[in-house]
Amino acid sequence: MKKLLWALPVVALLTACGGRESAGENAAAGGAAITGAGSTFVYPVLAAWASDYAGQTGTKVNYQSIGSGGGVSQVKAGTVDFGATDQPMAADELAQSKLAQFPVVIGGIVAVVNLSGMEPGKLRLTGPVLANIYAGKIKTWNDPAIVQANPGMKLPSAAIAVVHRSDGSGTTFNFTHYLGQVSSAWKAGPGEGKTVAWPTGVGGKGNEGVAGYVKQIPNSIGYVEYAYALQGGMTYAALQNAAGSFVTPSAETFSNAAASADWANAKDFDLVMTNAPGANAYPITATTFVLMPTSPADKAKSKAALDFFRYALEHGQEHATKLDYVPLPASLVQQIEAYVGQKIK
Amino acid sequence: MTAYVPAEMKRSRSAGADRTFTLFTAGAAWLVLVLLGATALSMAWGGRLAFQTFGLDFIISPEWDAVQGKFGALVPIYGTLATSAIALVIAFPVSIGIALFLTEIAPRWSRGPIGIAVELLAAIPSIIYGMWGLFVFAPFMGANVEPWLTEHVGDWPILGPLFNGPPIGIGMLTAGIVLGIMIIPFIAAVARDVFAEVPAPLKEAAVALGSTRWEVLTKVTLPYTRSAIIGAIFLGLGRALGETMAVTFVLGNAHDLSVSLLMPSNSIAAAIANEFTEADSELYRSSLIALAFLLFVVTLIVLSFAKLLLVRLKRIHGRTL
Repeated sequence: MKKLLWALPVVALLTACGGRESAGENAAAGGAAITGAGSTFVYPVLAAWASDYAGQTGTKVNYQSIGSGGGVSQVKAGTVDFGATDQPMAADELAQSKLAQFPVVIGGIVAVVNLSGMEPGKLRLTGPVLANIYAGKIKTWNDPAIVQANPGMKLPSAAIAVVHRSDGSGTTFNFTHYLGQVSSAWKAGPGEGKTVAWPTGVGGKGNEGVAGYVKQIPNSIGYVEYAYALQGGMTYAALQNAAGSFVTPSAETFSNAAASADWANAKDFDLVMTNAPGANAYPITATTFVLMPTSPADKAKSKAALDFFRYALEHGQEHATKLDYVPLPASLVQQIEAYVGQKIK
Repeated sequence: MTAYVPAEMKRSRSAGADRTFTLFTAGAAWLVLVLLGATALSMAWGGRLAFQTFGLDFIISPEWDAVQGKFGALVPIYGTLATSAIALVIAFPVSIGIALFLTEIAPRWSRGPIGIAVELLAAIPSIIYGMWGLFVFAPFMGANVEPWLTEHVGDWPILGPLFNGPPIGIGMLTAGIVLGIMIIPFIAAVARDVFAEVPAPLKEAAVALGSTRWEVLTKVTLPYTRSAIIGAIFLGLGRALGETMAVTFVLGNAHDLSVSLLMPSNSIAAAIANEFTEADSELYRSSLIALAFLLFVVTLIVLSFAKLLLVRLKRIHGRTL
């Protein structure tokens, strides 16, 4: 991210200086910046891609991580060339707002806890237990339901301090979508959305806010994007997946989830792959989707943005893996190519 | 002839300059009023959908559910007022203490440095207070203060329920204390200045009659400066009501209504800051703007109340003096 911030002025300066001699080239490469806005979840990897891409082609990508909801409304209003959201739009809504949608990267959302002496990945939680903790029905760490999933483990009798997001968030959408999949009471109660009426707990702003609260409050539990848990050295829990096995979050278990998702039959890629069926699939994975107008006002910029994403999907795997995201499988990238060629004129 | 014309021109020029100056100052003053009115109107207009949909329920309902599209502002209003009240309870005695110490008790050489330190407190950005609150103060509250409060005060008859809750360190009490620290410099600085204005003969007379320092404070200094002190308190209160960043860090941002001050709550400013970017429906956005309008109204009521109090006190004050 820092690299990008430094790179932008330098690139601007270079293009300004070299403007006279190579004006033709710059125009062809779409010399003006591509602008995008949306998901904060995807920001770290998008910034890394943009920095590389600017270095190689001279095309700048200016991305504002204002949140998924903001990304959707900005691209609808036509103020940006692309939007990014962690909550896919339904096919009919896309058609109505004349937008196309495709996934760019996959990541995981992990349950983090602050229990003294607990090691990462050791605490086991099932989906219904997680839903009941967030519903305020399971109140203490030595509740029989938690003990049952963790035979032989010493759990404190302390009350569970629940931490959730205070701002609207694609991370919350994917997390509550998962809770709705595994608990009918959750689906009927708080439901799913970028923000819900939480029955209990304190709200932290952003992934870093939740991570901060969980670190500060003993006996707390929260949910954050995987990279935040790793960077903060936090204790994450193993979750039981749809196949019944307990899996710890890792790039491998995320890609297992991605592989078992049925992208081929998802119209406009409208697919949320929480609670994926694979035997070793991590249950709460999230996908970031890019939204672009199907008949853009500025065709050159739209093409430049597509070139950027083509580059990111074909050459950006290394950055994604390094930042603990999962690159899309090759078959999916081909499917996206075909979709984009057909949709965006 | 040549001497006459310049004199005439000079006079007309100075009259013109006078008029321009009057227009300029009047314009500057009216601009504030116009801006204020325009801001209030545009917030009311932006929030009209929420007011139309929920009516009075918007103010008295504690429910804030974006999934169901039901919005009630009771929790943020309560959280805003409760944290500001705690802040005042803490800031008032401390500020008066600081001001009194600086004007009456402190050795002359130490008055400058301590006074400047208090004023510098006002220059710290609120986000720094918030981060300090979250990383330093909240864990301290959770580990030491809140368990003690629950144990010793928690079973008192009336106050008890206020201090009974999980000791997580984040909640209305912590937010109120952080806010209190933030508004201390505003009240203390004004109080110090007005205390210094109390005529020395009045205090000397009281001392000559055998008054203690406490009696001089309560019977001479405070009554003499009452209206200015109340003005200072409401200045601090105005700041506490609208404070955003510091509060959102330590308040917990949960739309839950609870009696206990140890529980998380929400404030109007914090709710807007947290939720505006992702407010994805018209009604949601409108509800947040309506919240802003309510904060405006609450602050206006508080400030008008202060003005009214000042006018009344001045009348009484005028009579007694």
